[in-house]
Amino acid sequence: MSTLVVAQIGPASSVQDGGRFGAQRYGLTPSGAMDKLSLAAANSLVGNALLAAAIEIGPFGATFTAKGGSVRVALSGAPRPADVAKRQVEMNTSVTLSEGEKLTLGFARGGSFSYLAIAGGISGEPMFNSLSVNARAGLGSPYPRPLQSGDVFEVAPAGDAPELRLELPKAGGPIRVVMGPQDDEFSDEMKAQFLGSDWTISATSDRMGYRLEGPPIRHLHGHNIVSDGTVDGSIQVPGNGAPIVLMADRGTSGGYPKIATVITADFGRLAQTPAGTPFRFKAVSMAEAQAELRRYKDLLRSLPGRVTELTSSAFNIDALFTANVAGHAVSATDVTTWPGLALDSSDHP
Amino acid sequence: MADPFPPPRLLPSGDSAVTVEFSRTIDETANRRVLALDHALAAASLAGITETVPTYRSLLVHYDPCVIDHATLGANLLALSAGTLAPETEVRRWRVPVCYGGEHGIDLEDVAKALSLTPDEVVARHVAATYRVAMIGFTPGWSYLSGLDPTLQMSRRQNPRLATPPGIVAIGGIQTGIQCLAGPCGWHLLGRTAMRTFQLHRQPTFLLEPGDEVSFTAVDAKMFAEQERAAEGGELIAERIAA
Repeated sequence: MSTLVVAQIGPASSVQDGGRFGAQRYGLTPSGAMDKLSLAAANSLVGNALLAAAIEIGPFGATFTAKGGSVRVALSGAPRPADVAKRQVEMNTSVTLSEGEKLTLGFARGGSFSYLAIAGGISGEPMFNSLSVNARAGLGSPYPRPLQSGDVFEVAPAGDAPELRLELPKAGGPIRVVMGPQDDEFSDEMKAQFLGSDWTISATSDRMGYRLEGPPIRHLHGHNIVSDGTVDGSIQVPGNGAPIVLMADRGTSGGYPKIATVITADFGRLAQTPAGTPFRFKAVSMAEAQAELRRYKDLLRSLPGRVTELTSSAFNIDALFTANVAGHAVSATDVTTWPGLALDSSDHP
Repeated sequence: MADPFPPPRLLPSGDSAVTVEFSRTIDETANRRVLALDHALAAASLAGITETVPTYRSLLVHYDPCVIDHATLGANLLALSAGTLAPETEVRRWRVPVCYGGEHGIDLEDVAKALSLTPDEVVARHVAATYRVAMIGFTPGWSYLSGLDPTLQMSRRQNPRLATPPGIVAIGGIQTGIQCLAGPCGWHLLGRTAMRTFQLHRQPTFLLEPGDEVSFTAVDAKMFAEQERAAEGGELIAERIAA
């Protein structure tokens, strides 16, 4: 048995998969990867199920060492410098660490979360069908907390399959939202201000919520409503007028009016928007949001079919970085040419 | 027969969930309608509905729009919401032991003072009522109970505590609640219970369901300590009683 040892790791790094569903009615939040497209990309490169558990690595650097045998991994998500024994490792490629070799990852550039998938997956004890860490509830496996230096993953020894690469479609543009559920708590003027202003994500943001900085959004009737249910991407406006986008570790209920909801297809792109980088919201219709959701699911399903052999290391690194930065909107891609895979809401590992 | 209730509002919560709102305020009838719709939806087992989250005044319905479209879902939700309240045939009632005051209920004396009552009177009124689990939310097992004696109503703390122990029983506004896990709390702490509404590796993992009824019974600190040990071993501590 090989092991992958966490030699050094920063805060905000944890094991995450597709999420933990079915118990929100008991207050148990889904958690799961902040950027599921990048999780699926990393998994595709090592032959794992798309939403299998991987290591979500926050903005800071990390190093991992293979012990007891070789380990095959793949890196996707927020671009960052990476090398194994002085060999540069590109984003969205697989790499095999020989026994004793160290994978060194630098700080994220142009994103927040990278995903390190391990061939054969992460073994642990699923709780509500998920290994995702929910530190507040003490859930997650093999470690029910953010990762620490010295943590060890038991993994399958790497085979001698060729290394692989994956190119993801480029995406960008405003973060799309569906207005509501409580947009009637705001004047037309305030809704226009919400949609017409530049926003930045505050440095105090985390997996629970992204605090936004911009012009204050005032309520028509005060900021206290009776708590109701939340979803990934609910945009709450508390009393100080600074919106909070609820993220993967959100509370399952909240008592502030929710002006709008980030569409599923853009949630990962928002999650990857670095603190301090201005962006805008754009309202879309329900029909458009759901059409984008279908395209997003089609893109995820297409990933294993888009993997190719990594035949040369002579890639233009800048071009790769540009191609794979944070954004993952999918409209640019022709989904009809992609092979189908079963991926639906029951598809979480 | 005319529907005695107005239809709920269907509010979009993004591309994969809809909020069925029965009221904007905490309202007994609205909460019963939320729970009735939740039951009706479970019984109807519509394809594409992935999860429901009942709250005081609304039911959040998570769905897969690739399986059921927005309009079809909306029509079904309105149809299932119509009519009188479903008869509550199988209400579960639990008796929950609470160690009031002292180190386990550090706000009891202040609450009594603020309400011009003695601590014993506060406890007597808190144990006299039968509550209903209106919703469970925010963190695992955090149970919001309706039915608080109106004479015990007081606004929440100006400064929420950033850390409180597990199992607190608290009051805030017109509600009382049981917070299972340690965490922040802005309510007034009357006591603690050894009952765990959420415990891994126990059957059931979640003890209380929205719609369950709860009454409290006072126990002393020695009994609380014994019950804590028993809860650690997987015992429910709460006792199911006849409704």
